[in-house]
Amino acid sequence: MTTSTARSRSSGAEPLLKVRGIRKSFGRVDALVGVDLDVPSAQVTALVGDNGAGKSVLVKTIAGIHEADAGEIYFEGQLVHIHNPRDAAHLGIEVVYQDLALCDNLDVVQNMFLGRERLVRGLLDEDSMERAAKETLSSLNVRTVRSVRLAVENLSGGQRQSVAVAKAVMWNSKLVILDEPTAALGVAQTRQVLELVRRLADRGLAVIMISHNLNDVFQVADRLAVLRLGEMVGEGPAAEFDSQRAVELMTTGRFSGDAGRNSRGADAGNGPGAGEGR
Amino acid sequence: MPVTAPAQEKDGDAVSAPDERSGSDAERDQAARGSGGAPAPTPAGAQDVDDIDDSFPEESEPRTFGDYLSRWWTQIRAGQSGVLPVVLGVILIGIIFQTQNPKFLSPGNLINLLVQGAVYMLIGMGEVFVLLLGEIDLSLGFVAGIGAVVVTELVQPGRDWPWYGAIFAALVVTAGIGALQGTLVTRLRLPSFVVTLAGLLGWQGVMILLLGEGGTIPIRNNVVNAISNGTLTRLGSWLLMAAVVVAFAIVQIVQDGRRRASGLAAPRPFMTYLRVLLVALAGVGLVALANVDRGVGRFVLRGMPIVIPLVFGVLVLWSFILGRTRFGRYIVAIGGSAEAARRAGINLAWIRTAAFTLGALSAGIGGLVYASRLRSISTSFDGGTIVLYVVATAVIGGTSLFGGRGHPLHAVLGGIVIAAIVNGMSLLGLSAAIQLIATALVLLASIMVDVVVRRRGTTTH
Repeated sequence: MTTSTARSRSSGAEPLLKVRGIRKSFGRVDALVGVDLDVPSAQVTALVGDNGAGKSVLVKTIAGIHEADAGEIYFEGQLVHIHNPRDAAHLGIEVVYQDLALCDNLDVVQNMFLGRERLVRGLLDEDSMERAAKETLSSLNVRTVRSVRLAVENLSGGQRQSVAVAKAVMWNSKLVILDEPTAALGVAQTRQVLELVRRLADRGLAVIMISHNLNDVFQVADRLAVLRLGEMVGEGPAAEFDSQRAVELMTTGRFSGDAGRNSRGADAGNGPGAGEGR
Repeated sequence: MPVTAPAQEKDGDAVSAPDERSGSDAERDQAARGSGGAPAPTPAGAQDVDDIDDSFPEESEPRTFGDYLSRWWTQIRAGQSGVLPVVLGVILIGIIFQTQNPKFLSPGNLINLLVQGAVYMLIGMGEVFVLLLGEIDLSLGFVAGIGAVVVTELVQPGRDWPWYGAIFAALVVTAGIGALQGTLVTRLRLPSFVVTLAGLLGWQGVMILLLGEGGTIPIRNNVVNAISNGTLTRLGSWLLMAAVVVAFAIVQIVQDGRRRASGLAAPRPFMTYLRVLLVALAGVGLVALANVDRGVGRFVLRGMPIVIPLVFGVLVLWSFILGRTRFGRYIVAIGGSAEAARRAGINLAWIRTAAFTLGALSAGIGGLVYASRLRSISTSFDGGTIVLYVVATAVIGGTSLFGGRGHPLHAVLGGIVIAAIVNGMSLLGLSAAIQLIATALVLLASIMVDVVVRRRGTTTH
């Protein structure tokens, strides 16, 4: 059960993003207590955990919304300091938030370029933005959007999510973080969005997907990272997990069937706490 | 390590190869679940599910005029009626008053009506920017008053500022007031309603102080008085209209042609020409109306009142700022979702303050036109009523009070409605009381159109 050398898709050498020993406290509440995480390119890393496990805090730390109290973040092998969302965007880290962060009254193109409009002679270059937006959408196989000049308020939940994801990949991003991308979607739409998530990884991007829904997770994830009370209690290829194991890790922090703390490819069977407390 | 080739191919609008997807799917699933035996269902075969939704390729451009009409009708039924309700309202009002008094639709009265509405239109175009943010500016009436007083005082004998200097100073002062109020709203996070309510009271006080005991100060500067009372010559009216139509035609034809050439959705050529033709007809009609003698008795008055091109110029400029610049785009975005705008890296405080500034600057222009029309300014200037009418013009025209939707054109159309009601009622000899009640009903009707018709356009998620 080591670093999944069997995976044809794993990038092997250095993960795109390496998080080491991240700590974050809010007042007296320790949200993250020394978290490690590897996020390789061309893979979907699912970040799972119960409410309050620290998933959002971890992601927001990577995205520059929170600053970590301690620990290091390596991006493409380099030690980086991400102080704000702009730094993150500069590195190629884009976040798709749960509440989407789209302006309902703007159309698809306007939303995809919001804050980064293309200009010619100081004026908005609508034609070139429209062309680029269409290209990005079709390269992601998003063809459910009838017209890119439709206001986002006229789109379905799945279409909006697709637009939000497409917006995140427009900017030569290398790591896309999705916060509960399928929450509040119907079955068909969930499937569309999961397909899209898969396509991002197929394009070579690193993807972190936060999800409560283990069904979704096992459909698309290449790797799983399980957080519990601010600690990484399990991390590895999705093939090493099943629902039961993931749930037990999320709720108790250990798994009765094998080693407890399976942090980052520790070999099975050497966990001191195996079966403890069962 | 083999990484699956990114699906970079740009497929057209046609159905694009799903096979390469399912191929890589299978690989991945094998790799992922081969050893672990995870029970998860695979997404292979999901393609047929979203094929159902994929049956809409990019909406194709209608072919015939009939197709355009039917698409338009579909949009209206979906709640995207745009300015149609207010245009229908104007026509309805026209019919009602015309049947009561045949003078209503006379050329002279129609031109008068536009001139009467100019002040509301100008201030309203500024208010639209504030309303777009989801804020409100109640002070614009008296900010207009301050602008009027500054111009009047500066061109008084003794000071003798040149007209352009006085106007420039007035606009700087009003814009400064907007920037001040905008700063209070954005930096101190005070509600705009309260800050500008204070403005409504305070600037009236300042205005009275500036005017002093006298009460009324006449304007003796001919250029300033000509803004609202002067007219272009008949030839000048035609030339100006022709220039505007030609410029419009060039912009439209070049723009649509460029979009067509680069494969983006653009109206078919006949629609472009049709639009140019309609604008040309409207221009010819307006100049023809303006060039009819509307003088009383033997006093001849004809030609385009200067204030009409002035309103038109502000409309074009403000629409341009709203539609073609980042600043305009960000105002709309903030009105739609301030949080989304913030996350997109937009400097909310700066954009909001600038919108308040632009609103107050527009009010300054309106104040100028007001004073010019009366050839004086007095302490009886009722900025409170004016600002309420101004908000009404914007809302009647189709601007939302909740932010995110609005356009300077709305203020102009709403201004026509308000001016038509006031003008028509006084032609009929109805009292001010009836006028107020009628205006109130129109305002209610317009907000009902807003809520009932336009709400249908949004899908419930």
